[in-house]
Amino acid sequence: MSNETSHVHSSTVSVPHETHHEVHHGHHHETFLTKYVFSQDHKTIAKQFLITGMFWALLGGLFSVIFRLQLGFPDAKFPWMEALLGEWAKGGQLQAEAYYALVTMHGTVLVFFVLTAGLSGTFSNFLIPLQVGARDMASPFMNMLSYWFFFVASIVMLSSLFVQTGPFSGGWTAYPPLSALGEASPGSKVGMDLWLVSMALFVVSSLLGGLNYIATVLNMRTKGMSMTRLPLTIWAFFFTAVLGVLSFPVLFSGFILLIFDRHFGTSFYLSDIYINGQALPNEGGSAILYQHLFWFLGHPEVYIILLPAMGMASEILSVNSRKPIFGYMAMIGSLFAITILAFLVWAHHMFVTGLNPFLGAFFVLLTLLIAVPSAIKVFNWLTTIWRGNIRFTPAMLFALGFVSLFISGGLTGIFLGNSALDIQLHDTYFVIAHFHIVMGVASMFGMFAGIYHWYPKMYGRYLNNTLGYIHFWVTMVGAYLIFWPMHYEGLAGMPRRYYKYDIWESFKQFGELNKFISVVAIIVFLIQILFIFNFFYSIWKGRKVTTQNPWGANTLEWTTPINPGHGNWDGEIPEVHRWAYDYGKDGQDHIAQTVPVSANESKH
Amino acid sequence: MTTTTYLIIAAAVLVFIVIFQISKASEYVSVLKGEETSRKQNNRINGFMLLGFMIVGFIAVYYCNKLLYKTTLFPQGSASVEGEDFDEMFMITTAVTGLVFVLTQFLLFFFAWKYQEKEGRKAFYFPHNNKLELIWTVVPAIFLTVLVVFGLRSWFRITSDAPKGALEVEIVGKQFGWMMRYPGKDKIFGKTYFRVISDENSNPFGQIFQDDETLKLKADPTNFDDVVTTQTMYIVKGRPVKLIIGSRDVIHDVGLNHFRLKMDAVPGIPTTLWFTPKYTTKEMKERTGNPNFVYEIACDQMCGNGHYSMKGIIEVVTQEEFDVWMAKQKPNYYTAFPDKEPGVVKPAAADSTAAATAAEKTTVAINK
Repeated sequence: MSNETSHVHSSTVSVPHETHHEVHHGHHHETFLTKYVFSQDHKTIAKQFLITGMFWALLGGLFSVIFRLQLGFPDAKFPWMEALLGEWAKGGQLQAEAYYALVTMHGTVLVFFVLTAGLSGTFSNFLIPLQVGARDMASPFMNMLSYWFFFVASIVMLSSLFVQTGPFSGGWTAYPPLSALGEASPGSKVGMDLWLVSMALFVVSSLLGGLNYIATVLNMRTKGMSMTRLPLTIWAFFFTAVLGVLSFPVLFSGFILLIFDRHFGTSFYLSDIYINGQALPNEGGSAILYQHLFWFLGHPEVYIILLPAMGMASEILSVNSRKPIFGYMAMIGSLFAITILAFLVWAHHMFVTGLNPFLGAFFVLLTLLIAVPSAIKVFNWLTTIWRGNIRFTPAMLFALGFVSLFISGGLTGIFLGNSALDIQLHDTYFVIAHFHIVMGVASMFGMFAGIYHWYPKMYGRYLNNTLGYIHFWVTMVGAYLIFWPMHYEGLAGMPRRYYKYDIWESFKQFGELNKFISVVAIIVFLIQILFIFNFFYSIWKGRKVTTQNPWGANTLEWTTPINPGHGNWDGEIPEVHRWAYDYGKDGQDHIAQTVPVSANESKH
Repeated sequence: MTTTTYLIIAAAVLVFIVIFQISKASEYVSVLKGEETSRKQNNRINGFMLLGFMIVGFIAVYYCNKLLYKTTLFPQGSASVEGEDFDEMFMITTAVTGLVFVLTQFLLFFFAWKYQEKEGRKAFYFPHNNKLELIWTVVPAIFLTVLVVFGLRSWFRITSDAPKGALEVEIVGKQFGWMMRYPGKDKIFGKTYFRVISDENSNPFGQIFQDDETLKLKADPTNFDDVVTTQTMYIVKGRPVKLIIGSRDVIHDVGLNHFRLKMDAVPGIPTTLWFTPKYTTKEMKERTGNPNFVYEIACDQMCGNGHYSMKGIIEVVTQEEFDVWMAKQKPNYYTAFPDKEPGVVKPAAADSTAAATAAEKTTVAINK
């Protein structure tokens, strides 16, 4: 640790010279390759994460459109689908194996590649150095590696789509024995090996990133930037990184054991199996062991996805309400509480696995306890906008949408965290509705809010506002239209991950509803394409940013030049004299963190 | 590709271009009007829309409930005594969370609309207030304590040991179907071992019928009267039934929606579940007004490409009907060894008394 710290110091010292050099003599010593491809600039790496994440979001979203077509129109034939997917859509009808492959890939890609790498990879990278006042990350090289491991993981995952037996198709949680035995499903053959390799690379990427974020936040804050003066975004990224660093290795160990069971004849997860007319030699393993290892990451993962969105929503709500965030310390406290509790609730995904009911009781208690810090956050957000002077930028709308979705999805968590209710609702559409609203869409909204808010800092241009508003309203209305009725399907007991429901007397009453949901899902997907178009169009053609601080925000990133170079600030790194939330204090619209506290300023 | 597909794509592209052109134009207009003016205009529109979204949203929530409530399982009530707890707990939780939902969503959208940027309005500098924060830490904590207490009470009731005299049925999942086993007259399940499973030889459970030197197995005579069926399970109205759940290959899940219960079927680790059916299948047909009504066992754990078709049926019947049905069933031993059938009566009777002592062990082994 001491080595690392000293290294950190030396790099902070050396970078300013380089920057100085750059500013005066242009970028002549940087090649295209080092500037845009193997860049060590945290801002470029952030953009790489974002654009790769957007690619995956588009692909993952397209997967959902295709399987939603199957769910909404199980009897229809789509000849174009056969043209696109070949054998997978024989006669224009999606096959069961393809349906399951798409569902699995949709989950894996959205959870890990979009909402983990695309969200915290983008914004931790972009905002940590800018908001704590650092020239770059603690280790820019490791940071670059983090992206390229993610890139290779992406390539491997993508390649699994093209193998003959298809990609892995046993659900994103990859429970063995289904994921361990090639005989159990074609997707569990080479597709699963590629899935495991890709995920292992992804874990490496996220560890490299996470350690860097933690080191940067702890060691590289500028003068005067004490921990309690950090914007809440940074606190959120910090806890996110801690969660990742402590839980991803456990997932990794679970994967290693799975690889052993698949290829080296061990029986960690396998026992008493008779498949394809043959008894397997394995005895004494426990299929449930994997679930413990998986959910020990899997649950913190939910918060790895959600915390950055919370942090950014806090910041954006405060800036656009022209008011300080309410209860700054309580916000940090609740982030901390959520982080701790995130490690203690994993078995609530396993209430119906035969888990000891007495043990289950503790997990019920701890799970419902999370509602307390969550409630604190919600009420603090509400109080933040109360008596504000609110500007509805697209970012602000997405932040408000985030709060609304977080409430809606969070409340259904109180049903599912209660084992007495989970014993019926488990693995039904109620669960789908719950986690898509609270984790999927809400975090997406946090991400959109972040993109709209920091786009001017990223590219020196604005996104088109009108498209932003259209994007927000269609997505907001669409998200509720898609997921709200799903609760009712869940209350009819309709199980998730079914290819079709026509043979079921209990679930076939939802044909019309499924059609409706599918149509809305397709519209919402198309609107996201519009957003992506807006994103790329605006990089080159967007309205130019003309002022250094377009939102009138207090945080340090807005003290950098409009298009900051590698090193962020031209001269000295500014010194910080106050917290980030002095909005509307003493009749002043906002007081930047760099402004010294004057003698006659009121205290809070 | 058909022409309709082309048309749809063309229409979508056209809509895109139109939206984009309008947006581009409005961007120019706002530059001309000045940032300040256009921001104010956008603010008014979006503030109004947020309020509208809330009002329409609440109406839609009500309408959605009205439309879809009848499709859920609640109108027909729980088909098991234990499931009544679920319905009650669900309603309590809905009441509590519903209140919070309405309150917080209202405040969110109302505040957003009310405190939108206005000429001359000054934001209120209000960084913290310990009293308020204490209130919204303590109040949710109290509500949650109530929910936890209620929840755990019914959780322990559901997961308690099955009452004595419960009908015992073993249910085992495989890709992609269900098999059931009844203990027969001796009320003891014979021992099984997965290596002697053989579908060709009519031994899908791997009942140990014969001594096996290489596997070091001794025949378990309590197996000789065990009845094996597939897909359909018969249970008795008003009599608690205990399911002993297992799997032969991957993880499955016995989903019993009408009874408000489910439990995973894990290879190598037996699980259990018990409940008391309240209505026969015939009665449920009348209650639901659906002549095709059946109690379905839905697999609720992703188990492979045939997951969606892994369906079982439960027939809830009266005790008399059950006895009649059971009398018609032939022990699986005779299906596996048809030649043993004529001389059946004697050895089976003798064996079942001999096996009575070994009974405890077997049940323990199964329930472990």
